[in-house]
Amino acid sequence: MEFNTIYNNLFYLVPEIAVSAFLLLVVLADLILGNNKKLLPYLSIAGMLVAGFCVMNQMTFSGAVFSPSGQSKSFGMVTVDSFGAFFKLLVVISTILVVFFSFSSEEIKKSTRRQGEYYTLILGMVLGMFLMISATDLILIYLSLELMSLSSYVLTGFTKLKDRNSEAALKYLIYGAVSSGLMLFGISIVYGLTGSTNLYVINTLLQSPQINMLALGIAGILIFAGIGYKISAAPFHFWTPDVYEGAPITITAFLSVASKAAGFALLARFIKVTFVSSVAPSGHWLLIPVFPWKELLIVISILTMTLGNFTALWQTNLKRMLAYSSIAHAGYLLLSVAVLSNQGLVAMLVYFAIYAFMNLGAFFIVMIIANKIGSEDLEDYKGLGYSMPFLGVTFGMFLVSLTGLPPSAGFIGKLYLFIALVDANMITVAVIALLNTVVALYYYIRVLKEMFLSKPTGEPVSLRLSPLSLILILVMLAPVVIFGVYFTPVVEFAKSCITILGM
Amino acid sequence: MVQVGLTHFLVISAILFSLGIFGIVTRKNAVMVLMGLELILNSANINFVAFSRYGNFGLNGQVVALFVIVLAAAEAAIALAIVLNIYKTFATVNVDEIDKLKE
Repeated sequence: MEFNTIYNNLFYLVPEIAVSAFLLLVVLADLILGNNKKLLPYLSIAGMLVAGFCVMNQMTFSGAVFSPSGQSKSFGMVTVDSFGAFFKLLVVISTILVVFFSFSSEEIKKSTRRQGEYYTLILGMVLGMFLMISATDLILIYLSLELMSLSSYVLTGFTKLKDRNSEAALKYLIYGAVSSGLMLFGISIVYGLTGSTNLYVINTLLQSPQINMLALGIAGILIFAGIGYKISAAPFHFWTPDVYEGAPITITAFLSVASKAAGFALLARFIKVTFVSSVAPSGHWLLIPVFPWKELLIVISILTMTLGNFTALWQTNLKRMLAYSSIAHAGYLLLSVAVLSNQGLVAMLVYFAIYAFMNLGAFFIVMIIANKIGSEDLEDYKGLGYSMPFLGVTFGMFLVSLTGLPPSAGFIGKLYLFIALVDANMITVAVIALLNTVVALYYYIRVLKEMFLSKPTGEPVSLRLSPLSLILILVMLAPVVIFGVYFTPVVEFAKSCITILGM
Repeated sequence: MVQVGLTHFLVISAILFSLGIFGIVTRKNAVMVLMGLELILNSANINFVAFSRYGNFGLNGQVVALFVIVLAAAEAAIALAIVLNIYKTFATVNVDEIDKLKE
């Protein structure tokens, strides 16, 4: 590859370069400024704004980066398209929100001296996610997954205030490393079968019949193990509740939104680019008949949502309950991939855009309350709706939206998902998902019942919200409320963002 | 004299992979679990190098193996730091005894 080609290709990588540059800047600023760490979060936010601006520019064009010489244009290692830009934007928004959360988090404040590491690692995660979202080469997929995971292992055990921090980090590390090891083994089998790690090349080769189906099936399952772990799908979800409970809440919120978004973007792109031969005019994807992705995804998603919802029923720790609820949401989102159509993709984008705000909002309020009363147990939430009316009501709205009741935005996300399911003639699956939503209603509303219908035990606590927290809550509440009644913009935006550069 | 071919390497890597999984599942000591992990990564490495040597796929596989070795080192560094932290808080590295987070 000539120098000139590389130079021209760098133009597509501007967001990643911006994130890396600001990552280095944060490290340098941490060293130079000494004990004054006030600047670091602002520097991270500035980095995210710059990256977000560059991503906005990517909305309109698509292209492949670092294509091997002699091949056609679309055989790159990294692909830039509007689908990737959507998810990168989602990652940028949630990162900015999480950095703002960190301002008011007691857990992070107590470790002031190490704040430089904290923001560096967050930016490292963002870089990993960006690459994961747009990677079209199995090796880059593995490397970016690891880049993100390694940073998040450290962040999980970052605060070291309680025993549970380091325990969560260990569990996350072991589960994560095992599943990414499985994924690497799967990748090595695919490499042996096809002689390439590039998804586009693999796609072309898979269309010829002389592939060993059994080996490819095993490799497919192994690779899915790696991705399934990131999105906490059913057989690989065991880490989720422990890690979500043990990690600092800011990181929990980040993991539940941003890293899940990156995982889903990776899964959708992986299946679309590798296993789809063509897209029918109706928007349905025609799978190459080498691996039953549709059946696998349907089974796993039903398993995931049922398990998540039913286990959430008897959780007494709010963080743990939200962890199981996020597993259940991963189940719904997996269904939108299982539809294997452009409509399913639109449903996924709409769902994610809404899920990001409502889930971050719920975690933020849990964090504010935990800052005040020092606990996340449902027991301690008794009567809080009276002593903190504003928080109680907004928390209620986030929970109603997470359930998916109209007129909240969560309803719109589920509505588009069900429309896509019914359109693809998957009525049974849609009914199961609907029944699951009913189960979810119980545990979300139980929190509201504790907050508003139970008598407070002990003295009433009063809480004065800082202006920043108030603004943050309103920023996250606005989309949840507005998209519930006026959802055309978000749907139109999602419809314009389903270009996955491929066949 | 048996000619050493692709199959031999694949069998070795499959054995290593199984041993790695076995180690992770049965060992109680966190450090031993991490060693099982290294076995899995190395079995994939053997696959990559063997495929690239015998499949005439060019040098791609060898380069991938290099990447994986570097990554395994980074992972081991972070993993040992976390295990050290566990030892400081729990005074044990037995993964069965570290179970404060339960439903």
